[in-house]
Amino acid sequence: MRALDIDYMLGLVPVILGYVPLTIGMALAAMVCALLLACLLAVERVARIPVLDQFVQLFISFFRGTPLLVQLFLFYYGLPQILPVLAGINGVTAAIIGLTLHFSAYMAESIRAAILGVDRSQWEASQAVGMTQGQLMRRIILPQAARVAAPTLVNYFIDMIKSTSLAFTLGVTEMMGATQKEAAGSFLYFEAFLVVAMLYWAIVEVLSYLQRRLEGRLNKALAR
Amino acid sequence: MISIRGLTKRFGATTVLDGIDLDIAAGERVAIIGPSGTGKSTLLRCLNYLDRPEAGVIRIGDLTVDAATAKPAQILALRRRTSFVFQNYSLFANKTAHQNITEALITVQRKPRAEADARADAILREIGLADKAGAYPAALSGGQQQRIGIGRAMALDAALMLLDEPTSALDPEWVGEVLDLMRRVAERRQTMLIVTHEMQFAREIADRVIFMEGGRIVEQGPPSQIFDAPQDKRTESFLRRVR
Repeated sequence: MRALDIDYMLGLVPVILGYVPLTIGMALAAMVCALLLACLLAVERVARIPVLDQFVQLFISFFRGTPLLVQLFLFYYGLPQILPVLAGINGVTAAIIGLTLHFSAYMAESIRAAILGVDRSQWEASQAVGMTQGQLMRRIILPQAARVAAPTLVNYFIDMIKSTSLAFTLGVTEMMGATQKEAAGSFLYFEAFLVVAMLYWAIVEVLSYLQRRLEGRLNKALAR
Repeated sequence: MISIRGLTKRFGATTVLDGIDLDIAAGERVAIIGPSGTGKSTLLRCLNYLDRPEAGVIRIGDLTVDAATAKPAQILALRRRTSFVFQNYSLFANKTAHQNITEALITVQRKPRAEADARADAILREIGLADKAGAYPAALSGGQQQRIGIGRAMALDAALMLLDEPTSALDPEWVGEVLDLMRRVAERRQTMLIVTHEMQFAREIADRVIFMEGGRIVEQGPPSQIFDAPQDKRTESFLRRVR
């Protein structure tokens, strides 16, 4: 067993750190889109709009039932052959769309469960003051469901950050892609991948801290 | 001004409301009394379609809603002409006391925020909870929550206020303050239909008392008649039991 090349590792940190904004940016963009889509899907699943409901169920079933890597390949390498409009799509965009669709399916189920967990009295009070279904959802039900769903959703975001590493298979040079290139030049695979692992870990730890603070804020309304 | 004709509600094979006919004049305060499970609450809940009646026509002013043909827009319009006070308060859990009152003013009635805020401040003062404006429902006592529930309904200025046993879920120590507030609302001649088990209160504030049993109106009249000289055996026996 050889000794770790600490100097190489320290030198690599700033190089890979330079790709953190791209990784976080992809994850953030996908998270925002996935949240919006998941809310729509969840509200539909609660409202059970005929015909649309079957499509939504199929969508959720497919994106939960197949690996993210397969979905990304299908989307980036496969779809442009069928739909020439997509031919010019770049890896970053494709990864964001793929992550959005994949994670929205999971998040929709969490949000749906959280919506159904909101007390019936909250629906009735909203209806009684004359709110439309949309107002009732936006103003009363979703904010309360958010408190219940928040821990799970942040977990999905953490998962999503790590999943952005798959964008490297679409030719995107993000944290993982950059590490792979560095390692291929130095042959110090263990050091390089250890550094990137540590950096992902650090990002996730920061997020976990923010998660605890967010939950504290959302619980404010229920604090005695 | 408000007329109800043939209001009928069934849960499965059970008929809970059996063709209720009722007229309420503007400014009239009507109390409904009767044994549990006779459809009193269901009547209130059918009047704003929290429970959808199988049949019957509800008229409030120029709005007519027929159960046979009721469209979502009509149901919404009906709800916007009524306000509702729930037995279990049902305040918006994610809103402060102040926001519970402004919410519908801003979202539903599209009032400017400043106007809604001023209205909520005035109501909070009136119900004696100005110091709780920023408190969330979970931090308030049952009596305080129900006073805000009533304040929320007052703010709507509805043609008809529906109150579903507003003191039944309260600990005895809070009943007095809620009754006092309802008395003040009644004194303003807010048109109200109130289901209550507080007989003394009904006698005091109601222009008319309705005795219901088995999904039907058995007897109605001024409080003095219903409480002191009931015409129907069933009214008499009910009143003997609750006294």
